[in-house]
Amino acid sequence: MTKTLVTLTAAAALCAGAVSAQEVRVYNWSDYIDEDLLTKFEEETGIDLIYDVFDSNEVLETKMLAGSSGYDVVVPTGSFLQRQIQAGAFQELDKSQLPNLDNMWDVIQERTAQYDPDNTYSINYMWGTTGLGVNIDKVREVLGEDAPVDSLDLIFDPENMEKLAECGVHFLDAPTEVIPAALNYLGEDPNSKDPEVIEQVGPLMQEIRPYIQKFHSSEYINALANGQICVAFGWSGDVLQARDRAADADNGVTVEYHIPKRGALMWFDQMAIPVDAPNPEAAHTFLNFIMDAENMAQASNYVYYANGNEASQQYLNEDVIGDPAIYPDEETLNNLYSVTPYDPRLQRTVTRLWTSIKSGV
Amino acid sequence: MRRLLIAVPYLWLLALFLIPFLIVFKISLSDITLSIPPYSPNLDLSAGWSGLVDFVRALDFENFVFLTQDDLYWKAYLSSVWIAFVSTLITLAVGYPIAYGMARADRSWQPTLLMLVILPFWTSFLIRVYSWMGILSTEGLLNQLLMNLWIIDEPLQILNTTTAVYIGIVYTYLPFMILPIYAALEKMDDALLEAAEDLGCSRLEAFWLVTWPLSRGGVIAGCFLVFIPAIGEFVIPSLLGGSDTLMIGKVLWEEFFSNRDWPVASAVAIVLLLILIVPIVLFQRNEQKAREAEG
Repeated sequence: MTKTLVTLTAAAALCAGAVSAQEVRVYNWSDYIDEDLLTKFEEETGIDLIYDVFDSNEVLETKMLAGSSGYDVVVPTGSFLQRQIQAGAFQELDKSQLPNLDNMWDVIQERTAQYDPDNTYSINYMWGTTGLGVNIDKVREVLGEDAPVDSLDLIFDPENMEKLAECGVHFLDAPTEVIPAALNYLGEDPNSKDPEVIEQVGPLMQEIRPYIQKFHSSEYINALANGQICVAFGWSGDVLQARDRAADADNGVTVEYHIPKRGALMWFDQMAIPVDAPNPEAAHTFLNFIMDAENMAQASNYVYYANGNEASQQYLNEDVIGDPAIYPDEETLNNLYSVTPYDPRLQRTVTRLWTSIKSGV
Repeated sequence: MRRLLIAVPYLWLLALFLIPFLIVFKISLSDITLSIPPYSPNLDLSAGWSGLVDFVRALDFENFVFLTQDDLYWKAYLSSVWIAFVSTLITLAVGYPIAYGMARADRSWQPTLLMLVILPFWTSFLIRVYSWMGILSTEGLLNQLLMNLWIIDEPLQILNTTTAVYIGIVYTYLPFMILPIYAALEKMDDALLEAAEDLGCSRLEAFWLVTWPLSRGGVIAGCFLVFIPAIGEFVIPSLLGGSDTLMIGKVLWEEFFSNRDWPVASAVAIVLLLILIVPIVLFQRNEQKAREAEG
């Protein structure tokens, strides 16, 4: 009897301990951090870190709009962030808890302010471009030595696509990424909000649709790396991760990333704290930890995405800071465009267009 | 005591079916907004009776009308019903012989065989579907096997097609077909077959006149257990199917996630429920009549 009592008390004490220990729940994109950083955070701060991943903004947004997601830190892309701010999904950052804000890069801060004025609700985690991932040997084999690997002609010209179909082409399953690129190819404003202009993407995509093997937003990393496909319209860092996986596997596959000459979508993934975060204080600690120059550099060195942290640049590996595919030069940077969210009516048109592109209905 | 016993299943239905249904129905009558949650109106009980009246006034059926204006929804419903129907037939064709074999096997073997059917459930459903991606992909096990055997020269494109969806559904739901049929066959008295043969039936006739009718209950149960979840299936078509595999589960996903339009998504779900429930109720009524006529 006494023994049982002792055990029970001990158990109760343990439970109480578990409740009082701080924890922070982070919801980030898949393949988007060096996991050593997560352990480092726990060791440095003593806060338990629970880290979950997603692979589409839509999934994150639905959780945010449903409310009570239980997460303390989430990472939406700029245009989605903007809409979620309007819906009242986030809380203002307490900048006094974020001394590392001084490390941030004003060039990027200016651009993210178009989604989040004064960067009130978010900090930049990573930014990148959406462009062309190619298995260079296969593409040259199919299209010849002068294959247009740095041009949107590669994926929007049916003649090229017909030939590329035999070695496999994947597109992101994200209308907000593909439609601006298609509009850019057509010579229209990528950020157009005119339904008639957007509808023009339909016929263009219908022509190349038969040659696209799959629309998917994460499978192409492995597919490119193991040579299953030869072209992916995807995110810069993901393609570069594929490049590294192929190099590690030493399987004779060489992957390259190219920003299309006519410009590409520049996007910003922003860390923000949900309005109903259970533990906002720990969330701030996490944001501050991420904004530490060395930590941020470690993350970028691992995932091959540029970050919005100027102080981190001195710690970046040469193959990151020196790679124009990751940190584009001035001229390329000026060619990059960004987009703003669609209103609900237009969003329906866009989704419907996307469904008809994918399924033919 | 008896009342209490009857109340249990009704409470179950109320809590797990009727209340969720009413919530979804309510959302299907509201409008999309940019807020948390992303629709309005929300029932405000503190406003009392007038709040309830205002709430009901704000509801309308425009989301259901919307579904009729775009042929996407009907095509998706039809295509889902078709895929579920074909999968059910294939599952039956594969499952019946297995269940029959199990029921005919030596008694001492039956627990083991039953175990083998249930065993795959011990692994997560998602992982099993992922393994199929590994088997069916162009670089996958199946294609390598066929190429090594010189049956094909070029890898077959099976993954990301509707064929892969059929394979996935048949594989996943096969135990749901086998188990009820096995349960029905296992109860059958072998003496009936002997009697049929004594009376001049060939083995095939005996099967058709005795075994099949006696297993009919199991077949019907199995078909429902496969057909109903297969219609609304989302995971299998999204992992194994191609971008052109049109199923209502995916359309529902798009409405909910891409359009953030919970009201239309709810309307799609309600219509799906009606499509499923009406034929099932009619069928059961028919069965009951047949049984009464026999009795």
